[in-house]
Amino acid sequence: MKTILIRGGRVIDPASSLDAELDVLLRDGKVAAIDAPGQSKLKKDEEVEIIEANGLVVAPGLVDIHVHLREPGQIYKETIASGTAAAAAGGFTSVCAMPNTIPVNDSPETTRWMQSADRGAVIHVFPIAAATRGSAGEALSEYGSLKAAGAVAITDDGKPILNDAIMRQALAAAARAGLPVIQHAEDTRLTANGSMNAGPMAFRLGLRGMPTEAESGLVERDIRLLAEFKDTRPHLHVAHVSTAAALESVRRARRNGLRVTCEVTPHHFLLTEEAVGLYDTNAKMNPPLRSAADRNAMLAGILDGTVDAIATDHAPHATHEKEQEFERAPNGITGLETALGLSLSWLHKTHKLALTSVISLLSTQPAAVLALKGRGSLAVGSFADVVIFDPAKEWIFKAKQSRSKSNNTPFDGYTLLGKVHFTISEGRVVFQARG
Amino acid sequence: MSKANETLSPPSLQSATHGTINRIAGSVISVDDLSLDDLSSVLHLATLLENEDALLRSKRLAKRRVALLFYESSTRTRTSFELAAKSLGADTALISSLSSSIEKGESLKDTGITLRALGAECIILRHLSSGAPYLLEKSTGLPILNGGDGMHEHPSQALLDLRTILTRLFGAEKAMAVDEKTLAGVTVSIVGDILHSRVARSNALLLPRLGARVVFCGPAPLLPELAAEIGPGIEIDRDFDRVLDRSQVVMMLRIQGERLAGMRLDLEEYKLRYQLNQERQAAHAPTALLLHPGPIIRGLELTAEVADGTQSAIAEQVRHGVAIRMALVLRALEARKTEPVKKAARNAKGSQA
Repeated sequence: MKTILIRGGRVIDPASSLDAELDVLLRDGKVAAIDAPGQSKLKKDEEVEIIEANGLVVAPGLVDIHVHLREPGQIYKETIASGTAAAAAGGFTSVCAMPNTIPVNDSPETTRWMQSADRGAVIHVFPIAAATRGSAGEALSEYGSLKAAGAVAITDDGKPILNDAIMRQALAAAARAGLPVIQHAEDTRLTANGSMNAGPMAFRLGLRGMPTEAESGLVERDIRLLAEFKDTRPHLHVAHVSTAAALESVRRARRNGLRVTCEVTPHHFLLTEEAVGLYDTNAKMNPPLRSAADRNAMLAGILDGTVDAIATDHAPHATHEKEQEFERAPNGITGLETALGLSLSWLHKTHKLALTSVISLLSTQPAAVLALKGRGSLAVGSFADVVIFDPAKEWIFKAKQSRSKSNNTPFDGYTLLGKVHFTISEGRVVFQARG
Repeated sequence: MSKANETLSPPSLQSATHGTINRIAGSVISVDDLSLDDLSSVLHLATLLENEDALLRSKRLAKRRVALLFYESSTRTRTSFELAAKSLGADTALISSLSSSIEKGESLKDTGITLRALGAECIILRHLSSGAPYLLEKSTGLPILNGGDGMHEHPSQALLDLRTILTRLFGAEKAMAVDEKTLAGVTVSIVGDILHSRVARSNALLLPRLGARVVFCGPAPLLPELAAEIGPGIEIDRDFDRVLDRSQVVMMLRIQGERLAGMRLDLEEYKLRYQLNQERQAAHAPTALLLHPGPIIRGLELTAEVADGTQSAIAEQVRHGVAIRMALVLRALEARKTEPVKKAARNAKGSQA
């Protein structure tokens, strides 16, 4: 592996509060040194690839703690290889893969299989394992051996754990294993047959609605269960928060000293239910796009620090699946190639969130939420995971040019800010912009 | 709250055409597809065609092809669209979900493409999913006439209801043009299962544009408060007698058992509060016009005496349906003739096509 020297860039590393023009030396898959410009010391006869980063931001590679890579089982939508290629193009160097594969990833074998080099991942894939066997919500899977196999959290994403006793058991077992419990907070008893946010627009379109209470109610329930624990401190991570009420619950729980973290997707801090328009299935996801008030609350939560991480909930689906009647079309949109650009456009440029904060939300903080050691940081000794991007470059995202196997995105044609030039994963250039 | 932008979506990030879809001329999927001028010309055309010599009329669309694609059962809509198309001379083909490849899992898109390949120039669609006609329009590039989609809309029903109202209230000669004041001072109550009713939505979105006041009336499970927010000129009043007192037109709706989805409803209680019977009609709406889109369930939402009474225009509605649908079919195929090369419907996001 060639040593890489990144010269002349603006190095932003939230983990070490760095924001300065520095050179970054990557050697043997790790960050070897961060030096004043021109001061990096190379070994004698060391072969070095030099990346000139003048005018570019050099940051820790982005970390997405919520993606669906569809492998095993649905490789017509995405594979680990195609999904990680899309991730690399979006500046990501770590992704955490949800367990709703076929079969459900509830075993150490599947967890290891997903991490095998044979899968062709170009960046690091951290599996998240199922909280219950088959995500059926009945018997817990084996958290200790799942963790040993590489799982970084447990969840029944998409099939939320409604049963109090099971959730209590899951929190206790996960605390013992040292794993966070990720909950897709949706009381499915309130959302049956729903396909968009409940409200006047759903009524107008003749679609059954998914009320905000379905989300906030389950978050409240989970927090109540969390508060029962006295000796151990289970870690609850609330996936893709979409409602003001749920975010407020997280805020309050944290004030009360509970270990609760949360993530928000770009589409939930950016879009509202209006995007459904005339039944655009690329605006159909779960949780659904909400009202402007909820959308604004997500933005406020990001700006005030309540939100720990931006995660994409990258959910690829084939064209023929999305080209169906709205109620029949599957939930979800792709997001790996648009997350950075949307965050920079909307959070940094429009809402003046500091660049370092945006990077932290997309890298340092998500890595911390799932305790991904050596990720989300440029500190010496960290993995050589780096994204180099032009923070001022505007470009138009075209879904059909996506590296993902699917192009189900509502952001096709959007002008995005911030063009990724290089993505480096453990010392290897895994993405380089053309031209 | 923060400095969050008050606009609904961040326009700065969007391309000019984002989120818009190209619509096909002649399609009527929502009552919103028709401007007031369009409404007037449809009403005018309906009268013209209704009064035209049958032989002349049958030459208008001689041998042109119209497909009726029905995913749900129907008596009135299907038959009247079919008679309408046939009386203009068109060949019609009826495809229903139970006797076609739809049963074998063929998608709506592929069914549409197949019908287009068979020469259909217009598809009349009834479907159980709200919004399905937009998908068919986008997939085929053909004008689509919505014969009812899920709980969304049933625009031809609203148009025939409008023609019935205009004819009864003002006379046939006044039923040929409308403006924003045509129904000023007229209160139309829509009573019953509003939640599941595409007829209620189409009427409530259409009639206020002509100056009418629409009052929804029904029990909370079938009429959520937010129903009044779907458009201007709509209010909710759950006191049926009071609603009748102020209505010039009363539209009764059927309880849609097939869409109740587990909802429990006490039918005896319902009848007590919302059934239109002779006593109630005589006491509170002795002159109001009674409409019902059908099918009616005698003894539930209304009694036989009321349904067959002099204030009832239920059978007239059906007759107006044929005239309105002739106008819509002709308009759809004329639009196709004048704009044959208008590009195929496609979401602005071309990649999805």
